[in-house]
Amino acid sequence: MIEHLLVVVLLAFLAATAIAVIRLSNLYAAVMLFGIYSLLSASLFLVMDAPDVAFTEAAVGAGIATVLMLTTLSLASDRENEKPLRRGQPLKLVVVAVTGLALAWGTLDLPGYGDPDAPAHSHVAPRYIEDSPRAIGIDNMVTSILASYRGFDTLGEVAVIFTAGLGVMLLLGRTISSGSRSKSGGRKHGGSKSGD
Amino acid sequence: MLAATAVAILVIMALALARAFAGPTIYDRVLAVNMFGSKTVLFICVINGLSGGGNYLDIALVYALINYIGVIAMLKFYRPDRDGAGCDSRATP
Repeated sequence: MIEHLLVVVLLAFLAATAIAVIRLSNLYAAVMLFGIYSLLSASLFLVMDAPDVAFTEAAVGAGIATVLMLTTLSLASDRENEKPLRRGQPLKLVVVAVTGLALAWGTLDLPGYGDPDAPAHSHVAPRYIEDSPRAIGIDNMVTSILASYRGFDTLGEVAVIFTAGLGVMLLLGRTISSGSRSKSGGRKHGGSKSGD
Repeated sequence: MLAATAVAILVIMALALARAFAGPTIYDRVLAVNMFGSKTVLFICVINGLSGGGNYLDIALVYALINYIGVIAMLKFYRPDRDGAGCDSRATP
């Protein structure tokens, strides 16, 4: 009972944060509200007994994504482009409403939350639950799946992320180091250029 | 008892959210986000008790660390010399 109340209140907070992010024009404030959004969704995952997902959401969503967005903002302008708000476009509202209704209609086919007979819980999950502690020797099932059963998959992901990071550093690293070498004058110049 | 604590924490979260929405300066928002993170840590501890002895306490510790790093990052990358010394929405008094 109390958990239902918690979920409802957390979802209300999520919706309020999302609307506030849309209405803000200062991008620094929007990034901070994104951090709150991420913490809220992580709490929601935790209430739904998914601590590993909550862990990832907090580390990536609230930690790394916030830092990445702030780094981007320190290179670019922190204001949104002023666009005149055009009203009276019912076609867009209709498209959004129809898409939302179709998605909500699609959820009716899903098995109930926590249903033990759901396909996700009856396919390979019993094997992981019964065999993985003995076969792999790691108490945490999620860790044993990610690090052992899907070891090659994880290795590939690490290679992809390493390559992407290397490419970004090669593309951006030279500019940033030369910009900081020429002290504040070059920085102000870059700022005025990005403001144009 | 734990349920009452959870509700109280949610109320404080709502207050922190209101401050984060209202602003007006960027520093108010930094403080609000920091407070919201602390309340999330407390909330996880309460959830830990409510769900009957899960092992979420180490996750609460990680959240506390992420909260700290996030606030440091925000203050490091925020450059108030851009426009108007940190007051973003005070231009219309």
